[in-house]
Amino acid sequence: MNESETTLMEPGAMSSSALKGAEKEQNDMIKPSHARERRRRVFQRSAFGLFRIAAAVNGTALAIIIYFLVARGWRAINWTFLTQPPIDSMTKGGILPCIIGTLCLSMGAILVALPIGVASAIYLNEYARPGRVLRVIRLGINNLAGVPSIVFGLFGLALFVVLLGFGVSILSGALTLGAMTLPVIIGASEEALRAVPDTYREASLGLGATKWQTIYRVVLPAALPGILTGAILGIGRAAGETAPIMFTAAVFYSPSLPSSIFDEIMALPYHIYVLATAGTEIEATRHLQYGTALVLIVLVLGLNLVAIVYRARLRRRLG
Amino acid sequence: MMSFAGTGQNQIKEMDEFARKGRGRQRRERAIRIFFFCIALASITTLGLIVVFLFMEGLPIFAKVSVNDFIFGRYWYPTDEPPDFGIFALIMASLAVTTVASVISIPLGVLTALYLAEVASARIRELVKPIVELLAALPSVVIGFFGMVVVAPFLQEVFDLPTGLNLFNASLMLAFMSIPTICSISEDAIFSVPTELKEASLALGATHLETIVRVIVPASISGIATAIILGMSRAIGETMVVLMVAGGATLIPSSLFDPVRPMPASIAAEMAEAPFRGDHYYALFATGIVLFIFTLLFNVVADHIAHKYRQVGAATL
Amino acid sequence: MKTTDLDFYYGDFPALEGVSLDFYINRVTALIGPSGCGKSTLLRCLNRMNDLIPYSRAEGKVLLDGQDIYDPNVDVVGLRRRIGMVFQKPNPFPKTVFENVAFGLRVNGISKKTYLANRVEESLNLAALWDEVSDRLDDSALGLSGGQQQRLCIARALAVEPEVLLMDEPCSALDPIATQKIEELIHQLKSSYTIIIVTHNMQQAARVSDITGFFYLGKLIEVDDTDTIFTRPKLQQTEDYITGRFG
Repeated sequence: MNESETTLMEPGAMSSSALKGAEKEQNDMIKPSHARERRRRVFQRSAFGLFRIAAAVNGTALAIIIYFLVARGWRAINWTFLTQPPIDSMTKGGILPCIIGTLCLSMGAILVALPIGVASAIYLNEYARPGRVLRVIRLGINNLAGVPSIVFGLFGLALFVVLLGFGVSILSGALTLGAMTLPVIIGASEEALRAVPDTYREASLGLGATKWQTIYRVVLPAALPGILTGAILGIGRAAGETAPIMFTAAVFYSPSLPSSIFDEIMALPYHIYVLATAGTEIEATRHLQYGTALVLIVLVLGLNLVAIVYRARLRRRLG
Repeated sequence: MMSFAGTGQNQIKEMDEFARKGRGRQRRERAIRIFFFCIALASITTLGLIVVFLFMEGLPIFAKVSVNDFIFGRYWYPTDEPPDFGIFALIMASLAVTTVASVISIPLGVLTALYLAEVASARIRELVKPIVELLAALPSVVIGFFGMVVVAPFLQEVFDLPTGLNLFNASLMLAFMSIPTICSISEDAIFSVPTELKEASLALGATHLETIVRVIVPASISGIATAIILGMSRAIGETMVVLMVAGGATLIPSSLFDPVRPMPASIAAEMAEAPFRGDHYYALFATGIVLFIFTLLFNVVADHIAHKYRQVGAATL
Repeated sequence: MKTTDLDFYYGDFPALEGVSLDFYINRVTALIGPSGCGKSTLLRCLNRMNDLIPYSRAEGKVLLDGQDIYDPNVDVVGLRRRIGMVFQKPNPFPKTVFENVAFGLRVNGISKKTYLANRVEESLNLAALWDEVSDRLDDSALGLSGGQQQRLCIARALAVEPEVLLMDEPCSALDPIATQKIEELIHQLKSSYTIIIVTHNMQQAARVSDITGFFYLGKLIEVDDTDTIFTRPKLQQTEDYITGRFG
C-alpha cells in the first residue's frame, strides 16, 4: 500500500526523474519544482490531446461516410426510385421491392425475437438465481451474440431452407435474422428490467400479489419503454444485415412483389451488394447503388436515432 | 400469546380456503416459472443447433480431405478437376485482416473510451457517445460499399497500386466496424471505476493523467481486455466488408497491399454456386466450422477474463 | 404474532440470532438499534420478504395465529396478503393514485367498479389522505409530495385489509410535518391492527410505540414497555444506546 502510494506521487509518469535519490525525492514531494510541474502539465495536455484526436477520428469517419453517401446518393432519390421496381436488367427504375423486402424481413425478425427475447430476459432477471444454470444460459447468449453473421447464414440455410423445407423465403430469412437479433433484444430487455427499482417488486409482493402478477402488472409496464427501445435497435440491426439473408431469403431479382411468407424477396443490403459487384453495368449504375445505400442508411440510422433519443429522454426522466 | 382474537369456526374455514387457493396458486406460479425457463433456453439451444448443423453439413468433406490437409493445405481450387480444398490461405487472410484492423482499432477505441469517460465534459460525452453508437449501427454492406467506391480508388491512386481492393483497405474498414465495440465496452469499464479510487489518487497529488495511467486503467483492465477481444471477434467474423473490399485472391499475403480472401468472404462468394451437398458445399460449411471455432475461442476468452478478473470496484465489496 | 428462536443468515453471516419476540394486537411494537443490528432483517422475516435474497435462510419459527409461516406448506402469497408492509422510501407504482390503492384488490381478483371505488375511498380515508387527493385520483401517484406518497403507500397496504402492518422506517425520507402526520396515523390505526415499526429515531419510538425491542449485533437485547425501556432499562447496554452514548 505504502509503495503504491509513493508511486502515485511520482511526478511525470514516464520521466527519468524517478531515478533520483530517495532523499531528494522526499523533498520534491513536499516542494515540487516548477520545471517538473510544468512537464507534468504539458505531458497531460498532450496526452489528452491524443485522446481528443482519437475521438475526433471516429466522428470524422462517420461524417465522411455519410457525406459521400448523401452527396452522391441524393440525386438518385426521387419518387420513381422509391415507388417503382427496377427495370432494364436493374440499370434503371426504382427499388420498391427491396424496401418492402427489407421491411418484411426486419419485422418478421422482430416478431420472432421480441417475445422470445423478452421472456428470456424475464427469466434471467426475475426468476433465475445465481448458479451454474444461469452461468450456462449467459454463456449461451454471449456466444450467440458473437457468432459471425455468415455462420448464421449457413445455419439458416441448413435448418430452415433445407431441413424444414421453407426454401429461400421471407420465413427462412426472418427466422435466421431473428436468431441473430435475439441477444440484442435480451440485452436491452434485461437492462430495462434491471432499471425497475426493487421497491416496486417488494411493494407489490407485500400486497399479496404473486410473482407473475408482480411481473405482469408492475415490472413489465415500468420496463416497457426500455424494451421498446431495444426492439427498435433490433429492427435496425436486422434491416442492415446482408450475410444471413444471402442464402436464406434474398434474391438477385424478383419480377413480382412477395405474396406470402414462402416467397423469396429482394432486400436493400443485398441489392447494394449485387449492383456493386455483380450487376450488368457496375459503373453505369453507381448512382443507383449510392441511392440504395442512402435509403438503407437513412432507414437504419433513423431507427437508431429514434431509439437513442428516446432512451436519453427515458434516462433523464428516471433521473 | 395469540395476537388475533377469535379463532372461531369462521376463521378456521377462512384459513382452509386460503390454503386451498394457495396450493392452486403455487402450482400456477411454478408452471409460469418453468415456461419462462424453457424460453430462456432458446439462446443456448440455437447455439447448439448452429453447432449441430455446421458439423452435419461440414464434416462430410473430411471423408475426402484430411483435417490436416484442409487446414494447412496451400491450395483452394474447389471447382478444379480434381479440386483442392486447402483453406490455409483463407485462414491466414482472416488473421491478417484481423491483426491489421486491431492495430488501428485498439488504440483508437481505447483512447476514445478514455476521452469519453475521463476528459470530455458531460455535454460532449452526450454528443459523442451516440456518434459511436451510430458508427456501430452502420450496416456492414454500406461500409463495404464505401470501401469499394471511395477508399479503393483513393488508395490505388495514392500508393500507385494495381488494385485498391486489398488487405489494407479491408483492415481499415474492419477497424471502423470494431471501434464502436471496443470503445463502448471499455468506456463502461472505465466509467465504473469507483470515484473513491480516483479521488484517492488525486488527493495524493497525482495529476489527472497519472491517475488515469496508474489507477484507472489498471482498475478497469479486465473490461478493456474483454472489449478488445470482442472487437477482434467482430472483425474476424465480419463478412460483407471482406467480401467486397479484400480483393478476393486466394494467396497468403506478403504485403499490406496484397489482395486477400478471408474465410467469410469465401463462404459468401461461393455458396451460391456450390452444388447442393457436393464437396464444395461441404468444404464451405467446414470453413464455417473453422470460423465459428475462432470466434468461439475469442468469446470464451473474453468471458473468462470478464469473470475471473472481475473489476475492482464497489460491486465486489 | 410471535417469533421463537429465530436465526437468519445472509450466506454464512448471521444477521439474526435467537430472536424470540411477541407482537400484540392493538399495540405498536418498535424495533430500535444501531444500523446493521438486524431490526430491518427481522421485519422482513415477518412477511418472508427476505425470501427474495439469494443464499439466505431462516431457522426457528415465526408464528402467525399459531401457524409457522416458514412451514414449507405455507402459501407465501396468501401470507403477504395478511401482512401489510410500508417501506423506507415511499414507493408508489408509476400508476394513478386510484390504481395504486386498488392494486392489491385487483391482484386478488376483485374487479367490480363500485366496490373498488368504495374500498379505495375507505382506505384513503383511513390513511388521512382522501381530502387531499379526492380530486386527483386519476393523476399519476408520482406527482404527490413525499409525505402524501408515503400515506398513499399506507392506504395501498390497508386496502387489502391486512391483520399486521410492518413499517420499515416509514418516516426516514420525510420532513418533520409529514412525519408528524404519519405518526398521528399510526396512533389511529393501532386500534385495529398489530403494528410493528422499525425506526432509528428514538424519539419516534418513544412517541408512537407501546412496546420497544432493542437490537444489537443481530440479537434482541431487551424488550419491554416503551416507558420502561426509555426510563428504567434493565441493561446497561440499552441505557447506553438510549442515552446516546454509542450507536
